[in-house]
Amino acid sequence: MAWPTPGSTVAIWKQPDSVTADNLVEISGLHFRRSGRPIFSGLDLGIRRGSITAIMGPSGTGKTTLLRMITGQLRPESGTVKVAGQNVAALSRNALFDLRRRMGMLFQNSALLTDLDVFENIAFPVRENTRLPDALIRHVVLTKLNSVGLRGAADLMPAELSGGMARRVAMARAMVLDPELLLYDEPFSGLDPISLGVVLRLIRLNNDALGLTSIVVSHDVAEISHIADHCIVISEGRVIASGGPRELADSPSDLVRQFMTGAADGPVPFHYPAPDYAEQLLGVGR
Amino acid sequence: MTLPLQLWGGLVDSLRKLGAVTLFLVAILRQCPAALARPRLISQQVHNSGVLSLVIIMMSAFFVGMVIGLQGYDSLARLRQEDVLGAVVALTLFKELGPVVTALLFAGRAGTALASEIGLMRATDQLAAMEVMAIDPIRRIIAPRFVGAVISVPLLTAVFNAVGILGAWFIGVQVMGVDNGAFWSQMQEFVDPEDIFEGVLKSFVFGVTAGLVAVYEGYNSPPTAEGVGMATTRTVVTTSILVLVLDYLITAYLL
Repeated sequence: MAWPTPGSTVAIWKQPDSVTADNLVEISGLHFRRSGRPIFSGLDLGIRRGSITAIMGPSGTGKTTLLRMITGQLRPESGTVKVAGQNVAALSRNALFDLRRRMGMLFQNSALLTDLDVFENIAFPVRENTRLPDALIRHVVLTKLNSVGLRGAADLMPAELSGGMARRVAMARAMVLDPELLLYDEPFSGLDPISLGVVLRLIRLNNDALGLTSIVVSHDVAEISHIADHCIVISEGRVIASGGPRELADSPSDLVRQFMTGAADGPVPFHYPAPDYAEQLLGVGR
Repeated sequence: MTLPLQLWGGLVDSLRKLGAVTLFLVAILRQCPAALARPRLISQQVHNSGVLSLVIIMMSAFFVGMVIGLQGYDSLARLRQEDVLGAVVALTLFKELGPVVTALLFAGRAGTALASEIGLMRATDQLAAMEVMAIDPIRRIIAPRFVGAVISVPLLTAVFNAVGILGAWFIGVQVMGVDNGAFWSQMQEFVDPEDIFEGVLKSFVFGVTAGLVAVYEGYNSPPTAEGVGMATTRTVVTTSILVLVLDYLITAYLL
C-alpha cells in the first residue's frame, strides 16, 4: 500500500522553513521521475545553516536521490535545488565543481578507493583539487584522521577496515577540504552499537566544532533523533512532516507516529495487499 | 512485434549506442592532455594493461609463430620455395596476425580487467564519490586507462611480432632445416616499410578500439554483479567483432 499524500492524513504537514536567508539549501517545486515512476512531486524544503537536519522516510521514497540532486549528480525535471544561493542544475560544469568543493558526502557503503590506503584515500581530494606540498597534505590528513580516532590506521587498506572504521575514514575524507555542507547517506546502516555511537558523536561534534551544516539521510529514527536539530519526513514525493524530533514523536498523525516508533502495522500495513486468507488456503484462486 | 519493426528498433538502438560511444570518446579525448600531463598515472596503466599482458602475448606469439613456420614450410616446400619462409612469416605477422591476435588477446586479458575494475568502481560508488569531491572520473580514471591501452597495444604487437618470428625461425631453421641466412635475408628483401606501417596503423586503431570499448562498457555498466559481468562479456565480444571488421576495412583501403 502506498503512503497517503500530504494533506490527506497527516495533521502536522506544513511548508517547512523554505526560502529564508538563513537556509544553506533551498528546494522548491521539485519534480523528478525515474523509469516513469514519480519520485518527487512538488517537493519543498529548506535546510538551515549550522543545523543537523535528518531526512527520513520509507525505503524507495527518494532520500538518496535528493542528496544526489543537492550535489548535482541528478537534475530535476522541474523546480529548483539551490545550494548557497546557486541553482545547482543551472551551473556550468566548472561552477558545479567549485560548488562541490564546498560540500562533502558520506556514501552508504563508504565508497573508499580500494586501491589506495587510508592515508591516500583522505589525501586524494586534496591532491586532486589543490597544489599543497606533501608536508602540508600529511599534516592535514593526520589531523582529520585524528579527529575520527583513526590516526593509527593510516597505513591500512580499505579491505582491512571494519564497517565502522570505513565509515569514519569516509567521514574524514568528506571533511578534508573543510566543506560548508556535509551530506550523510545512511551513515548508521550495518554498524554495531559501539561504531554507531561513535559515528553519531562524530556527526554532532564535527557539525558544532567546524560550523558545518549537515544533512543526514537515515532510517534509524531513534539514533538520529538524538542529534538532529530538525527532522523532515518524506513520502510519496513530498514532505509530509517536519519539526524537531520530539515534535514528530508526539505528532497526532498515525502515519508519522508509526514511522517514528517503527510500529509494524498502521497506515502502512504489515501485509502486502492479497486475496482473502481463508479463501486462498481453501484453494479458491491461486 | 513484426520483423521490420524489430529490425528498425535494433537499428535505432545501434545508432543511439554509436552516438553515445562517440560522445564518450570526445569526452575522453578532451581530458587526454590533462591525463598526459601526469605521466605517473599513464605509466601505471601501461604497466597494468601492457606489462602484465606480456606473458600471455609472448607465449601465444611463440606458438602462433611455430604454427606459421610449420604451415608455411609445408606449403612452400610443395613449390620448392622454402627459402622465402622468413619473408612469408614476417609479412603474415606484421600485416595481419600480429595486430589482430594481439588485440584479441588484449581484449581478453586487459580489456576485461579494465571493464570489471571500472564497473566495480561504479557499483561501489567510487566514481560517484569522485564526482562529489569535484574530481572528474573521466579525467582521473578513464582517460589514463584509455591512453594506457592505446600505448600498450602497439608495443605488445611489436613484442608479438618479434617473438612470433623467433617461433617461426625455431621451427623453420632449427627443426625443418631452412637455411638461416636465407630466412633472414629474404625477410629483409621482401618486407617494405609500407608493410610495417600497415601493421603499426592497425595496432594503433585496435588499441583505440580495445581501450574505448573496455572503458565505455565499464563506465556504463549497471551497478550490480550481473551488470559488471555482462559488461566484461560485452567488452570481449564487441572488441573481437570490431577488430575483425576494422582489420578488413583497413586492409581493403591500403591494398
